[in-house]
Amino acid sequence: MISVEHVTKRYGKHTAVDDVSFHCEPGTVTGFLGPNGAGKSTTLRVVTGLTPATSGRASVNGTDYRKLPNPGRHVGVLLDASAQHGGRTGREVLGLTAQVLGVPRTRVGELLEVVGLNRTAAKRRVGNYSLGMRQRLGLAQALMGDPTVLVLDEPANGLDPEGIYWMRGLLRDFADRGGTVLLSSHLLREIEAIADHLVVIGNGRIAADGAKEELLAGTGVLVRGLDAGLLAGALERTGLPATRHADGSFVVDAEPVAVGRAAAAAGIVLTELRRADGGGLEELFLTLTRGAPADGGDAGVLPPHAPRPTEPAQQTQPTRQDAAEVAR
Amino acid sequence: MTAVTYAPPLVGAKEPTRPGMATLTLVEMRKMIDTRSGKWLLATIGLLSVAAVTIGVIVGTRTDRTFLNLFLFTLLPTAVILPVLGILLVTTEWSQRTALTTFTQVPQRPRVAAAKVLAGVAFSVLSLLTSLLMSAIGNAVVVALDRGSGGWRLPATDLGQALLLVTLSVVMGIAFGMVFLNSPFAIVLYFVAPIVISAVTGIFDAIRETMLWLDVNSATAPLAGESLTGEQWGHLATASALWILLPLALGLLRLSRSELK
Repeated sequence: MISVEHVTKRYGKHTAVDDVSFHCEPGTVTGFLGPNGAGKSTTLRVVTGLTPATSGRASVNGTDYRKLPNPGRHVGVLLDASAQHGGRTGREVLGLTAQVLGVPRTRVGELLEVVGLNRTAAKRRVGNYSLGMRQRLGLAQALMGDPTVLVLDEPANGLDPEGIYWMRGLLRDFADRGGTVLLSSHLLREIEAIADHLVVIGNGRIAADGAKEELLAGTGVLVRGLDAGLLAGALERTGLPATRHADGSFVVDAEPVAVGRAAAAAGIVLTELRRADGGGLEELFLTLTRGAPADGGDAGVLPPHAPRPTEPAQQTQPTRQDAAEVAR
Repeated sequence: MTAVTYAPPLVGAKEPTRPGMATLTLVEMRKMIDTRSGKWLLATIGLLSVAAVTIGVIVGTRTDRTFLNLFLFTLLPTAVILPVLGILLVTTEWSQRTALTTFTQVPQRPRVAAAKVLAGVAFSVLSLLTSLLMSAIGNAVVVALDRGSGGWRLPATDLGQALLLVTLSVVMGIAFGMVFLNSPFAIVLYFVAPIVISAVTGIFDAIRETMLWLDVNSATAPLAGESLTGEQWGHLATASALWILLPLALGLLRLSRSELK
């Protein structure tokens, strides 16, 4: 379990993290999202005792990380897979960790197998590893002490699709057996596929915090007709609040039956009428973090093909706290 | 690649104890040995004492060639290179960014610093043992070739002073490493700063006398020679406080507060 309570971190006048609170429960995977520079890594460093919070507190399994006698036995941490001595072999990196944590040497071989680094790879120096291999090695390091909590910063970075699929299974399995996972990523599809719980941070503040289903649930009804213009007129006449999308469809904040009646009354042929499935994580993310620092972070977050939402999504869920403020 | 499931018990794990100082020290020593660069550094230290003994056997007068003199001769290069080992014990963690892992696994940073000091001292002792072995071999050669007096005397005072010299050298290196957290900076300043300060202050007669108390190089040099006089011990104490203890304290502060990116 991870608890972050009113954590604020200031560097001089700059507030990197501003009154951030959230909890990660055992048995869940929490996706921690936000543009670059939003405070994700700072928050994770506060959680893992690397950076002292200016105010507030973070705890892991009810204890301040730095007060855990042997933290690696409770919390597996992977903050930066590339932060390894290039001259050490993969096996040696794990050997050192095993020695510090006081776990049997045999764990090294076991974990090399778990993360899919074969004998040849294990004997090579980390300097010759690809980023994906380093992520696997870092994950092995994090799992070395049989932790109940995992804190991972961008673990899918550099992994190939097969590796991402593998990691998803591993983390899901870890959580299903009662483990707590907190992972940050800017690979939104990845987070969407694995997380049960989402925490979105923008400008150092929590923009959204809730179950993935709740946050991603669509609102209203999607409707499409043969003639978009006629449909728009019909919806307007019946006073149904509708948002027109670029592809000619509409999202209407009403029940499907009301929309169907309005179309029938005007004699309009509908080609599609269903509950809207929400814009997905990408739309949620862009909506909630709009107005985040213009340090080019957006570019790193947004895939080039990503459609920008035409309108900010309706903010009806109570869990989307501060959304309006952040989106302003 | 097949997915291997990872299935340890997640619940009911016993409360693990924190790693002891001996473990941490062994880990720090292992970190120096398990990389190619570290191995080369250690090999260099060994090779330097071989070189020193060889030179000692070849040059010098017949009466000079004793076990003690050969041993003291090896201390000159050793005392120069051990601080570099001390510096690298600390700064490599920053240049290779492994400090992130180290301090995540052991959040009490002063404990890590203490382990590094102990590891440095252990390496100093090992280098001293190497020097003793090489000097013994050198002296045996001298005796066999009948090129020297063949004395095997090694007074405890000389051994003690030698031990102090190598220990102070490596600890000063570690202190500089912690102050700068950057290999080139720490190495250059370690060698240059005491020399520059001595040279500059040496210009003024008035403070030359005072400098004897503050110059770490001139204060430690007599350790590889005759027994120190009372005043020399005084010089050593004050100079060490200024150049070793003070940087050690500052370095500990820097290490504890340094933000790891």
